[in-house]
Amino acid sequence: MSKKVPEEEYQKTFSGKFRQWMDGTKDPFLGTVEMKKQESFQETPQKKEEREQDKKRLTERVYDIGNNLELKIFQRFYRVFSALFCIFLVVMLLMAVSDLPPFGHEENPVNNEVAARYIEKGLEETGAVNIVTGMILDYRAFDTLGESHVLFIATCTVLILLRVDKKDDREVHETNDRIHEPKNDMILQTVARILVPPILIFGIYIILAGHLGPGGGFSGGAVIGAGLILYLNAFGFARTEKFFTAKTYRRMSFAALACYSVAKSYSFYTGANHIESVIPLGTPGTILSSGLILILNICVGIVVAGTMYTFYVMFRKGNY
Amino acid sequence: MELVQNFPFMSIILSLFSGPLCSILNGKWAKRVNTAVIILVGAMSAAVLVFVLDTGEPFIYRMGHFPAPWGNEIRVGVLEAFMAGFFCVIMLLCMMGGAREREQHIEESKRNLYYVMVNLLLCSLLALIYTNDLFTAYVFVEINTISACGLIMIRQTGRTIEAATRYMIMSLLGSGLLLLGICHLYAVTGHLLMSNIAQQVQVLAATYQYHTTLMVALGLMSVGLAIKSALYPFHAWLPDAYGYSTLSSSAILSSLVSKGYIFLLLKIFYRVMGFQVVTESRVVNVLFVFGILGMLMGSVNAIRTEDLKRMISYSSVAQIGYIYMGLGLATEAGTVASIYHVLSHAATKSLLFVAAAGLTDASRGNHFKDITGAGYRNKLAGVAFTTGSLSMVGMPMFSGFISKLFFAQAAVGHGVKMLPTFIALAISTILNAIYFMKTVIRIYTPMPKSEGRTISIEEQPSKSAALLLFVLLNLILGLNSEPVIRLIQSGLKMFD
Repeated sequence: MSKKVPEEEYQKTFSGKFRQWMDGTKDPFLGTVEMKKQESFQETPQKKEEREQDKKRLTERVYDIGNNLELKIFQRFYRVFSALFCIFLVVMLLMAVSDLPPFGHEENPVNNEVAARYIEKGLEETGAVNIVTGMILDYRAFDTLGESHVLFIATCTVLILLRVDKKDDREVHETNDRIHEPKNDMILQTVARILVPPILIFGIYIILAGHLGPGGGFSGGAVIGAGLILYLNAFGFARTEKFFTAKTYRRMSFAALACYSVAKSYSFYTGANHIESVIPLGTPGTILSSGLILILNICVGIVVAGTMYTFYVMFRKGNY
Repeated sequence: MELVQNFPFMSIILSLFSGPLCSILNGKWAKRVNTAVIILVGAMSAAVLVFVLDTGEPFIYRMGHFPAPWGNEIRVGVLEAFMAGFFCVIMLLCMMGGAREREQHIEESKRNLYYVMVNLLLCSLLALIYTNDLFTAYVFVEINTISACGLIMIRQTGRTIEAATRYMIMSLLGSGLLLLGICHLYAVTGHLLMSNIAQQVQVLAATYQYHTTLMVALGLMSVGLAIKSALYPFHAWLPDAYGYSTLSSSAILSSLVSKGYIFLLLKIFYRVMGFQVVTESRVVNVLFVFGILGMLMGSVNAIRTEDLKRMISYSSVAQIGYIYMGLGLATEAGTVASIYHVLSHAATKSLLFVAAAGLTDASRGNHFKDITGAGYRNKLAGVAFTTGSLSMVGMPMFSGFISKLFFAQAAVGHGVKMLPTFIALAISTILNAIYFMKTVIRIYTPMPKSEGRTISIEEQPSKSAALLLFVLLNLILGLNSEPVIRLIQSGLKMFD
């Protein structure tokens, strides 16, 4: 026996709402989620004139394209020569590739004593079960030290290019950001609330287990950075700036890179001067093992996560 | 192992560490840290130079607990230590000379980032000079490229952004070709360490195995580094990048950044491929031809330019052409002349940039017409610019003369390449004289009505000091070339 429910009450129940949504009579998100249609691009005549004048000035006064003989000749020959050059390059590189030793052959020059020692003694000498991590963070740590500074300096260059410091400009960017990225999207917030914690924990796991299995600072840091960006998109700058600002980023990356430099300086110095290092390698396979590799992985992870997040923020708003 | 032998490694780590350190300091403190680091690194390099001259043989420093083909290592000889010290001196003087322009051109909140760039640039130059591993070299080439980009665009005008974009595209193409070359080389030799590659290459060259790959790798690496150091047909990024960036950036870029790549190419020629293999391949001839073209076309473009800073930039194209011509001669004398020209050009070009900034300060603008009589308004800058111009043209007493003399000596008795070298040297000298002397005459043409303002020596103490020291450096290189040449020769013997 089913109880007959009046129409009004039925519409308030879950199944009633579901029914309405299926029929398309009511959109549950209407009025609860901030939505904004994209405005079609419209230019005021004044702006259009300004833009055209700019272009005119650029082509006529700055570059003088009309009277530039070199440019004319260049443009005429450019297509022919670029095609010829590409064909030449392709042929040359194909010739070089066909001359290379066959892929994966055991007698290739690449399979020499260097790779042999990495594989045979890697575990014993570095304490890392993951040979790749042992290679990049112990055998060839100097390269990786440079590589993590590449990330740092790339962020600094983006900061130079995109950071907005003047107060008026900052406010303009703030309102622009509000227009282009509507906030409080319920779907996004719900999904982010569920997904962000596992993403961050997974990222931390990848970093911490870098010496035990596939993973490491670079990949784990990228995962954490992606998690932070998702969180930012769902909840907006007001929430993230409570714990992550430009100052935090700078201090964090300085601490991580300084830690890396100091740790590696110690091992370079002791290594070159034939002094026994006091850092124990530990039991391979446990979390606290393989000497400095774990610490270095954490440092690299911090730098990578900060770099990804900062890139995103700089391209979106120019300040945080 | 003695303490001095740790200095190359310490100077690399110190400059690397000071980069992130500057990012958390304010502009003022970052500047102090930067100056201290450059001076310290210079002093350490001098100590290393004395040590290596004393022992008379290069030493290898192991980076970590594992010996070389497994771990990284750096290798220090006379030439490396001397270059490191010399680069530090030039960098310090460039930073001194451009201090006032930096304050004008760079937003205050971004000033510390400038010093981050300079510190990491110094680090990458040191690593390029010292490293004995091709892949390490590539990693630091990346740092070098990105920091140079930052140096260009930190003065934010439309022109510099465009210049930085151009530089980025060309320079990344160069890096890509270099990496491709290294990959090819690794595939046929199985090593990344320079000494081990050299052994394998000797074996391969003797048995004529993988000949195509070796030649392609050599070609790719040469072209890649030629693009990055602005050899003639690849110079399109140069005039804007040097011409519009802030003063210390243009001085550092022209005198140090391109030279770091040339030093790496030298290393690849001598230590990686072996000079025999390089000479037998025809890559050197290509470099020779483009070097000569650059000497002529760079000067022609400089004559046609009416902007003082751009004129000096185009002159760089010509001077890079000289260096590649010397390398293209494929003799030891030619290489020595090239290395000497690296030093001479580094000292002279940065002098010219700083002096030109002094002249335009005393005038209305950069344009050629504006600087009429500027030599009277800013006396020291006028004298310094004249010195630099005379050195570039090749007057005796100055460093430019010595390098031209050595280029000519190296070409004597070379057979096919002798005549083109002489002719190119002669024409290029005349062209140099045309645009530099025309500028010198213009700055000493009296103006009836004084336009612009007069600048006394005391007004800009750091720039005046930098100019005086640059002039002094030029005279030292010009009058005391003998010991420098001996140093280069003994360094080159230790090189491979």
